[in-house]
Amino acid sequence: MSRLSEANTILAKEIIGRYPKARSATIPLLHLSQQQNGYVTHEAMSHVAELVGATGAEILGTATFYEMFKFEPVGKYLVNICVTMSCQLLGADELMHHAEARLGVKAGGTTADGMFTLEHAECQAACTEAPNMQVNYRHCHRITTAAFDQLIDDLAAGRLDGEIPPHGTLARVRQQIPAAQAAGVVSLDATAPPAWLPAPEATA
Amino acid sequence: MSTYPWAAGYIDDGDRPKVVTSRFHYEDSYTLERYHATGGYAGLRAVLGTTPTAVHDDVKAATVLGRGGAGFPAGTKWGLMPPGKFPRYLVVNGDESEPGTYKDRLLMERDPHQLIEGCLIAAFAAGLAQVFLYIRGEMPLAHERVATALNEAYAAGYIGRNILGTAFSVDIVLHWGAGAYVVGEETALIESLEGKRGEPRLKPPFFPAAIGLYGQPTIVNNVETLANLPWIATNGVAAYTAIGTATSPGTRMVAVSGHVQRPGVFEIINGTTTFRDLIYGDEFCQGIRDDNELKAFVPGGGSAPWFTPDQLDVPFEGRVAGAAGSMLGSGAVMVMDHTTDIPKAALTLTHFYAAESCGQCTPCREGGTWLERVLQRVVDGRGTHADLDQLLEIGQSICPGEFPHASSERLGLTATPFPYKMTTICFVGPSAYAPVHSALTLFRDEFEAKIVERKRIPVTAAH
Repeated sequence: MSRLSEANTILAKEIIGRYPKARSATIPLLHLSQQQNGYVTHEAMSHVAELVGATGAEILGTATFYEMFKFEPVGKYLVNICVTMSCQLLGADELMHHAEARLGVKAGGTTADGMFTLEHAECQAACTEAPNMQVNYRHCHRITTAAFDQLIDDLAAGRLDGEIPPHGTLARVRQQIPAAQAAGVVSLDATAPPAWLPAPEATA
Repeated sequence: MSTYPWAAGYIDDGDRPKVVTSRFHYEDSYTLERYHATGGYAGLRAVLGTTPTAVHDDVKAATVLGRGGAGFPAGTKWGLMPPGKFPRYLVVNGDESEPGTYKDRLLMERDPHQLIEGCLIAAFAAGLAQVFLYIRGEMPLAHERVATALNEAYAAGYIGRNILGTAFSVDIVLHWGAGAYVVGEETALIESLEGKRGEPRLKPPFFPAAIGLYGQPTIVNNVETLANLPWIATNGVAAYTAIGTATSPGTRMVAVSGHVQRPGVFEIINGTTTFRDLIYGDEFCQGIRDDNELKAFVPGGGSAPWFTPDQLDVPFEGRVAGAAGSMLGSGAVMVMDHTTDIPKAALTLTHFYAAESCGQCTPCREGGTWLERVLQRVVDGRGTHADLDQLLEIGQSICPGEFPHASSERLGLTATPFPYKMTTICFVGPSAYAPVHSALTLFRDEFEAKIVERKRIPVTAAH
């Protein structure tokens, strides 16, 4: 079950086909597995290794480098409170204290009902809208303690299901490259200049 | 109207030329329909009617400075690829994560077609086999907007095989990151795109233009840099260089956050706009919140040495800011008013870089960690005077010699210009030290005040 499903394996092969070297698809495929299972399982990493032609250890090495990959189940909603400079200057600590009290877990913890995982997060690129947080990486700006409570209530009641997909689903739109339209991957062995370049460049 | 609910943070008061944010006031700015209605893809059509060399010459003549942090001219960067070596790649750096910075996220969310058109112009000019658009993982909206725009652009024949009926063919592949600040460094970005841990490569020999993605010549350009190209292709080099100064033409996007009255992201005129304009100007941030006093500001993202009110008249010009002891970096100003606890603010930034060290270089991995621990001890009121010297000593192991800092009239200090020397492969290590050094140099009294003199209490009473 935690290997990629048949449909996801087909998608994975399509993604791999976009790169000159299969291993480049490692991170996108790890995201795909996290979308399927909610976190990155060992079986999924083994499957990704088979698909991209790497060893399991290489995939584990890559996966553990990146903060977004989780190796054990997390809540349906990952609540990331930014604690970097601009948010810190405008109340990130207070927001974090409030969040810990409201959710009843310390940063890093998951609520008993499996709904929320609370985390410290680094700069979320919304510094003018401090204090800022993300739920499953969707931005929530200028969060007061009251707004935080409202957000948690709404998430718990399922009122934001349409807007915020469960943890693991990054983007709800995928790039499609129609085969008939694709320029196609240029082989690394093809050393000739592309067709539209002027001739002198080729002989340089 | 000057602010827009669909582009939180973006403010366009005043009558300044707009190069990259010209569509932000439209709610549907990200659609192909709006892009077409506002001159979109005209730049691509124009360049396809000329030659790659002519386009490259134009970008060189326009002196489009890289907007990612280093400020290296894009046209020159493209020209560093060894002639005759193919295939070549473009990797678009959309892994924006420098503390204080956000502009690339807005450009991707609000005007993805502009970025795509910029990529196509670069691919045409530099003879690229493929474009990889690397978007930071924590930006799903940007990802969705760019994916939708790419799908639209493929369907319309702007990307792929025989673009607009010419011999020009290139694919743009959307790629996404998974949370690692260091991947914003160009060689780490390439490692990550190869499916590996995002550890920067040693330069030399791994200058991307020579040995980049898969060992091939590779251009790594920032999102904002590429977003400038359609405007230049449509309006011409002269119109572009008429904005700003000779050494810093055009505009640039700057995010000003922290203790200002009206934080925002602005498209400013390059080279001439000063920090005073930005922080106090009516068109911009309208002063410090609650009429408080300005204490210090970070001028170019968390990695940059700090400025104080003494540097308010420094313009957004790389060389001037460098001579004043800092850098413009990625266009991010973070403002601290007089209520700010300076050691704590420095700790916040040092923590960021210590946490984001990839661990490859010892001075960064160990030095960053110890800078944070010692600073934490001082902030917690458990520090000693020796700790303050220790901080500077750790810094010397990351950045030997004099570290850049601003001048201070109050302290009778003269500036040490940018840049610094470093013992690490990339700038993450020095960036952990920059806030500590700035804070200690400019506000040592605040650190001293946190140090409580303790009496030595013997285990047994003296006899």
